[in-house]
Amino acid sequence: MSQEVEDYEVDKSQMRVSDKKAIDIKGMHKWYGTFHVLRDINLTVYEGERIVICGPSGSGKSTLIRCINRLEEHQEGSIVVDNTELSSDLKNVDKVRSEVGMVFQHFNLFPHLTVLENLTLAPIWVRNTPQHEAEELARQYLQKVKIPEQAEKYPGQLSGGQQQRVAIARALCMQPRIMLFDEPTSALDPEMIKEVLETMIELAEEGMTMLCVTHEMGFARGVANRVIFMDEGQIIEQNEPDEFFHNPQSDRTKLFLSQILGH
Amino acid sequence: MTKQVAYVRKEILGPKPPPNAQDRLIGWLRENLFYSIPSSISTLLTVVVLGWLLLGLFNWLSVSTWAAESLNDCRSIIAELNRGPDESGACWGVIRDRGIQLTFGFYPSEGYWRPILAFTLLLPALAPILFADKTPRRMILFSALYPFLMPWLLWGGTIWVPLGVMAGFAVLYYSFRFTASLNNLVRYAISLAVTLAWWMFGVPVFDSVLSALAPIGLAPVESRMFGGFMLSLTIGVVAIGASLPLGILLALGRQSDLILIKALCVGFIEFIRGVPLITLLFVASTLLNIFLPPGTEFDIIMRVMIMVTLFASAYMAEVIRGGLAALPRGQYEAADALGLDYWKAQRMIIMPQALKISIPGIVSIFIAMFKDTTLVSVIGLLDPLGLTTAIRANQEWAGIVWELYGFIALMFVVVTYSMSRYSMYLERKLYHEH
Repeated sequence: MSQEVEDYEVDKSQMRVSDKKAIDIKGMHKWYGTFHVLRDINLTVYEGERIVICGPSGSGKSTLIRCINRLEEHQEGSIVVDNTELSSDLKNVDKVRSEVGMVFQHFNLFPHLTVLENLTLAPIWVRNTPQHEAEELARQYLQKVKIPEQAEKYPGQLSGGQQQRVAIARALCMQPRIMLFDEPTSALDPEMIKEVLETMIELAEEGMTMLCVTHEMGFARGVANRVIFMDEGQIIEQNEPDEFFHNPQSDRTKLFLSQILGH
Repeated sequence: MTKQVAYVRKEILGPKPPPNAQDRLIGWLRENLFYSIPSSISTLLTVVVLGWLLLGLFNWLSVSTWAAESLNDCRSIIAELNRGPDESGACWGVIRDRGIQLTFGFYPSEGYWRPILAFTLLLPALAPILFADKTPRRMILFSALYPFLMPWLLWGGTIWVPLGVMAGFAVLYYSFRFTASLNNLVRYAISLAVTLAWWMFGVPVFDSVLSALAPIGLAPVESRMFGGFMLSLTIGVVAIGASLPLGILLALGRQSDLILIKALCVGFIEFIRGVPLITLLFVASTLLNIFLPPGTEFDIIMRVMIMVTLFASAYMAEVIRGGLAALPRGQYEAADALGLDYWKAQRMIIMPQALKISIPGIVSIFIAMFKDTTLVSVIGLLDPLGLTTAIRANQEWAGIVWELYGFIALMFVVVTYSMSRYSMYLERKLYHEH
């Protein structure tokens, strides 16, 4: 990937990192069968942080954020999200999931429902929001991701970039306190990456707590307050973006950066 | 000479209509019937064979008579039409003579309005399910009522029995509500037990008390009076209606993480699929009596309906499992990530898509099952095929074949073809890509 790193104009006036913990992961391990995929993960995320997680494929970065809303189960250590510990107690899991929004690489919109129905489903059936209120909220968020005119269409009729923006709006409709992005632009054509990133930047500007697994280094530089580099299931290095990109410490990080930035 | 590489288009082309050979008749014929010499030959051959068949059929139908009282009678009428000694014609007299019997079996004639009403009401009961977007939502209430109304109309008896059975669902609901403080599994067990107790012991008491006060009801009709298309439709409708939900539950059970439920479902599906339907029907008609306590009366049609339903639901479960397997994992994950619980995710996200994928398979099972209802003639129930044996044993109509079986076949084709057309309509309606 020897593309130029684009820089984005970001308004940082509303971004504030508080000292309240949003996510607290301690000594977390995970295995797939006998494969030790996450090893001794310790990570504290404070409210308002924008964290970008990067690393080579198979390094466990997706698995890590999927553990945060328990799409994957960890076997050792603890994950506390907004003072709720993730355990086999389904009530806790549901509570965490309703406060954590997730955006997937392949959008995972529901193809049998219209865009509007995709957005109102969870508010109506999980939050018991009355339908007209849920629809109002949904249209508000569609406006925000700049596709209000697509409300009545089905996901299959939209472009990839539009679908991903619908997916972001769908997550936002649950009014989450934390947003997880799992390679949100990796399945998109180059000209659509930008529209999705702009939506994400806007979200960051409003002060949303965000964890993004992404290879968009321009986004990391402009938006993140912390970049985490993972390899072989471990956190190898984390730092502020400027330091991370200009003064990487670990040899693995240097190698990775040289490969993706194409110097 | 230099190789030219650089190129810049000066004018942008506008859209042009496609070559329109296909729009015209000649073009269409050439494209579809006379594309090459072999295709032209096969077209001509097919036309000749089809024409010969249709001509024969037309000759046979054109010399038909409705009037005859017996096969001999019919033959003499056709001979009088004077088309030559070898000329045959259709004897529809058998349908006129026995059509009522082929439709109602031995159902008492003063009660014919009951099956007619029951199956006419089936249409408005199905409409909100089949054409949900074109019918008022309230009509679904009638659909919910219909499963209680239909057996009452057909079998008769006091109205308090179906009402008592309906009340059982209220019992189920409230016993579930009142045990809210308990563990979920205990709640299910208690409320199910209470409901079953109501159905087994409460309903007879409820019926006898209220019948003494207000004896409202229809004359009871015994199952052995049922026959003909009415019997096929009754068994078919019940089995179709019951096997879909049962098949969904079995398919979900087979994918369950709970090892016991999974084992039960797998065992049931594999066992039922491994046994021929006729065997199950024999079990229903003879073996079951050995296992039931002596003196128990367990209606034969009810037993057959249960067996046909179980048989179809095992196949249904596998077809739906195919639909579930075709769904990308991302759909489950998105539902989980939004906080939907298992049943809500199944109901709103997973099942609508899995069922849509499975429509062709599901409808195939419906069609096969409807045709399989004719197997009940093997255990002595008088469905249309069972009745043909009786009709052909009668000396008036001994020897008649084409008209009788042709008529029955036509009736089955009408029903199964409607199902097939409906499934195509549904597939088109649910197609949302582009």
